[in-house]
Amino acid sequence: MSVVGNTALKFSEEQAMLLDVARQFCRDKSPIASVRAQLETETGFDAGLWAEMVSLGWAGIALPESVGGSGMGIATLVPVVEAMGRAMLGTPLISSALAAQLLLRAGSSEQAERLLPALAEGAPATIALLEDADWGSDSVALVLDEKGVLQGAKKYVPDAAVASLFVVSVLHRGELALAVVRADQLGEGALRSNTLIDQTKRSANVDFSGIAVAENNIITGPGAAAALRDVRLLGALLVAAEATGSAGACLDTIVEYLKTRKQFGKLIGSYQALKHPTVDILTETDSARSFLYHAATLVGDSALDTDAEIACRMAKAQACQTLLYAGDRAVQFHGGMGFTYDCDAQLYIRRAQWSQQQFGDAQHHRKRLAALLLD
Amino acid sequence: MSASEKELQEFRVEVAAWMKENNPADPGFLLPQTFMEVGDERQLEFLREWQHKVWAAGYLGMAWPKEYGGGGVDAAFQGVADQEMRRNGVPICFNVIGLGWAGPLINDIGTEQEKAKYLKGILTAEDVWCQGFSEPEHGSDLGSAQTRAVRDGDEYVLNGQKIWTTMGNFAKYMILLARTNPDAPRKYDGLSYFLSPMKVPGIETRPIRKITGEFGFTETFFTDARIPADCLMGEEGQGWKIAMQTLQYERGAEAGAAGGLAMVRVTVDDMIRQLEGVNRDGESVLKDPVVRDQLVQAVMEEKAMILGERRAHIGALTTDYPGSLPLSSKLRVSEMTRRMRQLAINLQGAEGALYVGDAEARQGGFWQRAYFNSFSATIGGGTSQVQANIVAEHILGLPK
Repeated sequence: MSVVGNTALKFSEEQAMLLDVARQFCRDKSPIASVRAQLETETGFDAGLWAEMVSLGWAGIALPESVGGSGMGIATLVPVVEAMGRAMLGTPLISSALAAQLLLRAGSSEQAERLLPALAEGAPATIALLEDADWGSDSVALVLDEKGVLQGAKKYVPDAAVASLFVVSVLHRGELALAVVRADQLGEGALRSNTLIDQTKRSANVDFSGIAVAENNIITGPGAAAALRDVRLLGALLVAAEATGSAGACLDTIVEYLKTRKQFGKLIGSYQALKHPTVDILTETDSARSFLYHAATLVGDSALDTDAEIACRMAKAQACQTLLYAGDRAVQFHGGMGFTYDCDAQLYIRRAQWSQQQFGDAQHHRKRLAALLLD
Repeated sequence: MSASEKELQEFRVEVAAWMKENNPADPGFLLPQTFMEVGDERQLEFLREWQHKVWAAGYLGMAWPKEYGGGGVDAAFQGVADQEMRRNGVPICFNVIGLGWAGPLINDIGTEQEKAKYLKGILTAEDVWCQGFSEPEHGSDLGSAQTRAVRDGDEYVLNGQKIWTTMGNFAKYMILLARTNPDAPRKYDGLSYFLSPMKVPGIETRPIRKITGEFGFTETFFTDARIPADCLMGEEGQGWKIAMQTLQYERGAEAGAAGGLAMVRVTVDDMIRQLEGVNRDGESVLKDPVVRDQLVQAVMEEKAMILGERRAHIGALTTDYPGSLPLSSKLRVSEMTRRMRQLAINLQGAEGALYVGDAEARQGGFWQRAYFNSFSATIGGGTSQVQANIVAEHILGLPK
């Protein structure tokens, strides 16, 4: 058996149609001027636009029809998120989708039927996992005690300020478990917003101490850990989708500038010192897209198998490295312009640094890939 | 008539058994991994015998017409045979310029006489073919070829020089691009295409010693060499068009090749496997965290290429820069191959400094030699730098 392993890549007509619709939508509704208008707002996104996305069915696209979704599976979300990444459109879609996946995969059918319909209708939700900067740590210190009361805090919780619901990893009776917390349970001052390098994104540190979690909002057992592992991989996949889209847009930005900017009497795109790295960005972005849709081919509603895990990790490692390179070169190739806040290159270099740090950076995933491929 | 799945499956079993049975034993010298590496008579005779055997067994030229030595069956059978050759790790079918380029061309546009004269010898390996396109002053710029062909009665008189003629010293025939009309208003219109004999007075070849120390290419000199006028393919002035068609076969863009393994595929698996028994810091090199990271990146590079080939066939996923995957493929594969082979040597420890000929060289120095030879692909057929320019200009639309 080859170490290269599974190389399946399929793209359904449904996905193709969604990609088309999503790209059109994001191009029309999220021009760069609109993206910039949201950089310093509290929520980071336009609520009206979010409502339009919800009405297109995107919030429930990956959820089963029984809870109000369209039952198309998580893979159909990949083209949508890629399109959003291309338009640098910041919304709580990724966080909400991951929270929904976690409930769907770990929760009981009672919990799914009670909690998921609101999410399918566009109520933002999020997952709260990290307690420090280490994506490689499995230890959880936030305790859910015998009385069902939480003690502890989480860091860097995405879209925490707008989330109606938090799915929180907790330690319960010495085991990993999940607790569902409603936003209205949070105490005064429980949220401390992070100032993020990517201004299209929002996150916060959240103190859950003192919150009592009802019995029916606790998920325990080995299923919780397994679902958490899968959702982290899906998180890596969706961030990869977004980063791949952003890398494509960054490449377009570079190419446009290289075709119009003149120096020393020549269009700068004619210089090989700029031309060849730009081709590298193209080929790396090509690889990112190939890994991305390969991974989308292998993920489904059931537990992720090893091939799917490998694919998600490769997609993340590739996409984030690609965007780092593209964003970095975009600034450099814009010369003095590139050093300004007004130049769009800053959006991409900032997105690159943010994406790299979500769900584990490239080295994190390659380290795990080494164990999967070489041992 | 097209072949059924069942027929193909039965055929696969048959051909796999034959390949296992007949895969030649290690001859005790390094075999060429590609047709560009046939350096001496010993290698030539070994490969000639092998190709003849494959043909005689009915596994080469399967889709070529029966009357010219082919099998006259559906091309799908040849596809299966090629897969089994690759899978079973048998030697290459080395007469690639005949099998893959000149042969399909003659099949498609040649006269009855040309087909009868040339095709069978290509398959049996009796007639080795070479290509006379590149010239010393015009590496990638074929349209500017200066080698002259002047009509003189029943003959053409050739003068000039070609370079990088693969197997020029072994070849019986050459597909030759030469200028018959230096005064044509467009340089392309002055070119003609010949199926030229090589063993005639006035044609001399001088082997080029490669970076590996071996041979495989020649310079070819034409000094008042006379060839029969009927060696002209098509008509005078059609040379450019026929050369472009030839390149379509060469790039695999046009079907019709006789089949057979053109080159041994070396994969990242081979690279990892060769590290068996190599230690670093007292334990397997495969335990070293830095090396592991490098290997994962190598695996990803190879996987990305395979996935890219898949994605290239999905229209909805190739709308951004259409054509980028196929047009960048040569650049990417050749550069990946070069990097992987360099890494392979790097990871061998002190053994990495040994070369072919040293009894202790890992796998007989295979990786050292393969690394050097990998430059034939990053330079030949347009250097990687020229390829990057082509992608930048044709795909990204950047200015020249």
